[in-house]
Amino acid sequence: MHPGIIFFLVILGSVLFHIFTPWYWTDVASNWGGMDDTITLTFWIGGGVFIAVCLFMVYCVFKFSYKEERRAEYKPEDKRLEKILTWATTIGVVALLAPGLVIWNNYVNVPKNAIEVDVMAWQWGWQYRLPGKDGKLGTTQIVNINDDNPFGINSDDPYGKDDVMIQSDVLNLQNDKPVKILLRSVDVLHNWYVPQFRAKMDAVPGIVTYYWFEPNKVGEYEVLCVEYCGVGHYAMRGGVIVQDEKDYKNWLGQQETYSDLIAKQENKEINKKQLAKKTD
Amino acid sequence: MSEEFNDNKTIHAQSSETISGGGSSAAPDIDYVRPAEVEEQDLYHGHSFITKWVFCQDAKVIGVQYFLLATFTGIVGLILSWLMRLQLGFPGAAGFMTAEHYYQFVTMHGMIMVVYFLTALFLGGFGNYLIPLMVGARDMVFPYLNMVSFWMFFIAVGVLMASFFVPGGPTGAGWTLYPPQTILEGTPGSGAGILLMCLSLILFVAGFTMGGLNYLITILQARTRGMTLMRMPLTVWGIFTATVLAMLAFPALLVGALMMSLDKVLGTSFFMPTILKAGEVLEYGGGSPILFQHLFWFFGHPEVYIVALPAFGIVSDLISVHSRKNIFGYRMMVWAIVGIGALSFFVWAHHMYVSGMNPWFGFFFATTTLIIAVPTAMKVYNWILTLWRGNIRMNTVMLWCLGFIVTFVNGGITGIFLGNVSVDVPLSDTYFVIAHFHMVMGIAPLMVIMGAVYHWFPLVSGRFLDEKLGKWHFWTTFLGAYSIYFPMHYLGFIGVPRRYFEMYDSPYMTSAVGMNEFISLAAFLVGAAQFILIYNIIKTLKTGKRAGSNPWKACSLEWLTPSVPPEHGNWGDRLPVVHRWCYDYSVPGAKEDFITQTTPPSEVQNTGVEKT
Repeated sequence: MHPGIIFFLVILGSVLFHIFTPWYWTDVASNWGGMDDTITLTFWIGGGVFIAVCLFMVYCVFKFSYKEERRAEYKPEDKRLEKILTWATTIGVVALLAPGLVIWNNYVNVPKNAIEVDVMAWQWGWQYRLPGKDGKLGTTQIVNINDDNPFGINSDDPYGKDDVMIQSDVLNLQNDKPVKILLRSVDVLHNWYVPQFRAKMDAVPGIVTYYWFEPNKVGEYEVLCVEYCGVGHYAMRGGVIVQDEKDYKNWLGQQETYSDLIAKQENKEINKKQLAKKTD
Repeated sequence: MSEEFNDNKTIHAQSSETISGGGSSAAPDIDYVRPAEVEEQDLYHGHSFITKWVFCQDAKVIGVQYFLLATFTGIVGLILSWLMRLQLGFPGAAGFMTAEHYYQFVTMHGMIMVVYFLTALFLGGFGNYLIPLMVGARDMVFPYLNMVSFWMFFIAVGVLMASFFVPGGPTGAGWTLYPPQTILEGTPGSGAGILLMCLSLILFVAGFTMGGLNYLITILQARTRGMTLMRMPLTVWGIFTATVLAMLAFPALLVGALMMSLDKVLGTSFFMPTILKAGEVLEYGGGSPILFQHLFWFFGHPEVYIVALPAFGIVSDLISVHSRKNIFGYRMMVWAIVGIGALSFFVWAHHMYVSGMNPWFGFFFATTTLIIAVPTAMKVYNWILTLWRGNIRMNTVMLWCLGFIVTFVNGGITGIFLGNVSVDVPLSDTYFVIAHFHMVMGIAPLMVIMGAVYHWFPLVSGRFLDEKLGKWHFWTTFLGAYSIYFPMHYLGFIGVPRRYFEMYDSPYMTSAVGMNEFISLAAFLVGAAQFILIYNIIKTLKTGKRAGSNPWKACSLEWLTPSVPPEHGNWGDRLPVVHRWCYDYSVPGAKEDFITQTTPPSEVQNTGVEKT
């Protein structure tokens, strides 16, 4: 069999695989559908180039296979052709880059009405903190973290008192409402990723990083850690439940705030003291 | 320069012209080549077994030594990849496989393949063997340093392999070695393993600098008479530019490795912020983990081109020889290599779009990254335009070249996905990335290495490798590797993250179980197919068909040595004199379909050859 046939079948197989693949995107569940569109565009332009280049190659190996009596063409350069190809490629590249940059511009500019969520990561787990009625998260420090202050909130920061603390790896979000994910890590790199939302960013110890999205499908999703963080990396999962406004408000009302926690601890202290007095 | 010496050279030059002119009746001035400006180099000729084959100063032997040692590390890397694929395709099939082991194998596989296999093989192996031969030098300009370079590499490999046997085993921090976890307790090999890795890298860089200086200075200073820069084979251009990149990029890795060692041993905090580990705040503070990533990728991205540029150069030459046609747009090819090399220093942070660096960098690095696609695309066009109206020999060498074009274009296109910042967001850290970089800087360069082995084996050994075995080797490798990495992109689309020891039970990941099994089986097959080559080499050395002089009818100098395989000193009594570029194939009116670089113009006066 002529090797050109096998190369042709490889190209054909690639195209067919792409058309009939059962493995493809999960349905997008956030505002980042534009990323999918850019990918589709890149598939058309890039895939077109791939097919064209490979088919041209296959044509050449059929047409110009070695014959003793034939001579190859002698033509060291073709300035005009090279110029045309350079410009055509440049135009293709610009066509791909432009939409990519537009979406990136959206990605780095967070809408003003986005709710901030503190996502705290460690080896190997997540917990979340939402701002209270004041709409602002209190500042934190790693050295403050202990059993009584799981998020390390600075106790002298008034914004921190009403923060809602979710000591679970499952976060509830309100549908159609933008969220700004503020990521921090207490030990190594992590990354909070829900494939259906498309967006992601590393959590880096020492700094706070961010990204935003707007969930637009009610449902339950799995969170994956996608930045290698040690032997437990593959098991570092979490969850997101996207709810409509009523359910979300309902859920939010049941969560504990930092001041609730402090009050609970003070009660415990008092109880302890009283107990100590009684036994005296 | 003494008067006497000057005279000597002039006489020498004239006499060589008379000889290479073949006594034709042409006026002597059309064959004139400027006389040499420097004296010929004195070579150290080894006489004992040790000085000839072990501590040898002949670049060709050093090249083969590099080749063999790099191949050995490559086989270690291959075995590690088998173990990884065993776990991914058939979890639990290997009883000893824990997450710790898995991550150690991942890390060592990556580092070995990129640095100790591909880099050492292209620059140390092909660079040493081919540079002096292709530019018409007797040897590298600093043969002793060249020997030390190899033995530094040898020690670096020894240190790296030793880390498999220290307590805690080799580092399991991922080949990118991102701190803080690399040096924190709990990461596999965070003690002796990571220190040996850093030490080995430092030794490698030191040894490589010795070799690299040799390549650069040999190419710049030791070219033979008439070998202008724009007559050099693209192989030499590729290796030259890659070496310049290496000289500038490796120091970033070196300081990264040094600073990380200091963080580990002395407790400095270059890369270490305040960390809470197992309920205790560690004695680090104020460092930046992202700083390491910048250093690593400032090395790491040029590193991609350190591997790719020699491959570009070599494949250009192979395609040209076996299409019996000059490489299309030679000057464009040279400038594309240089341009890609220069641009490669301005794209590093496209590995870090979602690393937490200032997101505004994304605009800059996406733009530079996509700009680099233009010269790269030009190279691809010129390869296929070289095939156009060629006279293509469909031998094993050409098959590897065609395999290279398919895999390289495929991997290049997926690079445009990942380089385009917002498209990278959903795809980064998934199997799409794994598929992309294996296709473009694993399989594609490997295709070139294999093509080069089949092409130059007759020069190195004097015998042809077996074509039938070669074709089996090619088709298994090409079809197998393509069916590993092409479907793997789609795992990335589903959202399957890389560096997962186990896929667990996520609904969209369980749908990938079948594919993972298939990929693993293909990986076992492709790995095993590489032993066909080893068998082929052993068989050929014993009973292979003798090649004789210039068996491919090539134009370039390495095929024009007085003896095959070339001896120490390469050129016998007299250095060759070059009159043209190395791509004069199928010149109209010429007797044969190639005109060697040493053929003087007077011999081809009635042909349509263009002045080069």
